[in-house]
Amino acid sequence: MSVRAMGMMKTNTETHMKIAIASGKGGTGKTTVAVNLALSIPDAQLIDCDVEEPNCNLFLNKELERIAESKITVPNIDEELCTHCGKCSEMCRFNAIATLPEKVILFPTLCHSCGGCILACPEYAISGKEKITGIISRSSNKKDHPMLYEGVLNIGESMASPVITELKRSIEPGIPTIIDSPPGTGCPVMTTLEDTDHCILVTEPTPFGLHDLKLAVKMVKIMNIPFGVIINRSEQENCIIDEYCDQENIEVLMRIPLNKRIAELYSDGIPFVEEMPEWKERFTNLFERIVNKKELA
Amino acid sequence: MKICITSRGTDLFSQCDPRFGRCSYFVIVDDDTMNFETLQNPGPLAEGGAGIEAAQALIGLNIDAILTGNIGPNAFAVLNAAGIKVFTGINGAVEDTVVQYVEGQLSIIEDANTSAQHKVNSGSRPELSGPK
Repeated sequence: MSVRAMGMMKTNTETHMKIAIASGKGGTGKTTVAVNLALSIPDAQLIDCDVEEPNCNLFLNKELERIAESKITVPNIDEELCTHCGKCSEMCRFNAIATLPEKVILFPTLCHSCGGCILACPEYAISGKEKITGIISRSSNKKDHPMLYEGVLNIGESMASPVITELKRSIEPGIPTIIDSPPGTGCPVMTTLEDTDHCILVTEPTPFGLHDLKLAVKMVKIMNIPFGVIINRSEQENCIIDEYCDQENIEVLMRIPLNKRIAELYSDGIPFVEEMPEWKERFTNLFERIVNKKELA
Repeated sequence: MKICITSRGTDLFSQCDPRFGRCSYFVIVDDDTMNFETLQNPGPLAEGGAGIEAAQALIGLNIDAILTGNIGPNAFAVLNAAGIKVFTGINGAVEDTVVQYVEGQLSIIEDANTSAQHKVNSGSRPELSGPK
């Protein structure tokens, strides 16, 4: 029975399911898991939220069209009204405004758009102005499987979160959604994970992989998102991740072995489910398991 | 001349710190008398823009020159706008850096010699307002 048919028979949980693929450490295989999982789910859409270096399309080669821009509000200072009192600079905890005796210097790339400087200015000299910081694109062919959405942060900008928020606002509701997260546990990752139904943490059996997995586990627990772990480049004799997961009662959803064929396909830019059908089945099963668990919860 | 040295400690015998934004202290020395005062750098506590916060703390103290190791584009923009010269290449104790400066061993810089947050290509382009 196809996943789609099962979805129709059961409740519609799986059609709404949003699964985020995150990790603590970078380079553990988030994109590999996200792309292969999305290819194994009929009607899925894939969202590349790693806006600082989106790379899902390296494996999918979809033609993309621009559908939106992400904008933030940064301060605009009226020089005529400014008395250089420095209250805006004192207010800004990110130091995006420097006040000198006769000059104000703005650093728009540091601005978090809180609007505090506008409120702090006693001369009403500060207003907001819009600034474009990134671009949202989507598969131009509506029949693409998976439909790919990606955000790109403009060069020189440092705030990834507003681009991710805009990207998530642009996606199609009501279909299975796989979200490829940036690495780490910072603001862009938390913005990516917000409002998702399940999180897959991808790691590797190295001390560094384990260390950062622990940070990521802390994060998803605080955010109250159900999660499981995929061990990539898994080797039988090395079980540091398994030991940790046993201890913490965390489900290991899948082990992807350190396999030459998988590595070769990766280096050729080919998602391995395309050439290794047994893996497509495993990913389809993984998705169904996550959906079933969600329905039981 | 009042010169400011980025330092790990509070006196002339302290080791200098090659970082501008996140050094612990600024030791401000009069190179004629070698009298000095110390200022704690607010930069290390900043959530972002440490160099900008550090630079702002030095404005209005009549400092003629800053001696440091590395300085980013944001901090440099603030110091440049305030007319404070920046020299790089310090090493040793604070006292030694003053000698290096007086003997002309340090190089004045016209632009930042490191990028914002030490990352490549992330330097921001500041917008200036007010009389140039």
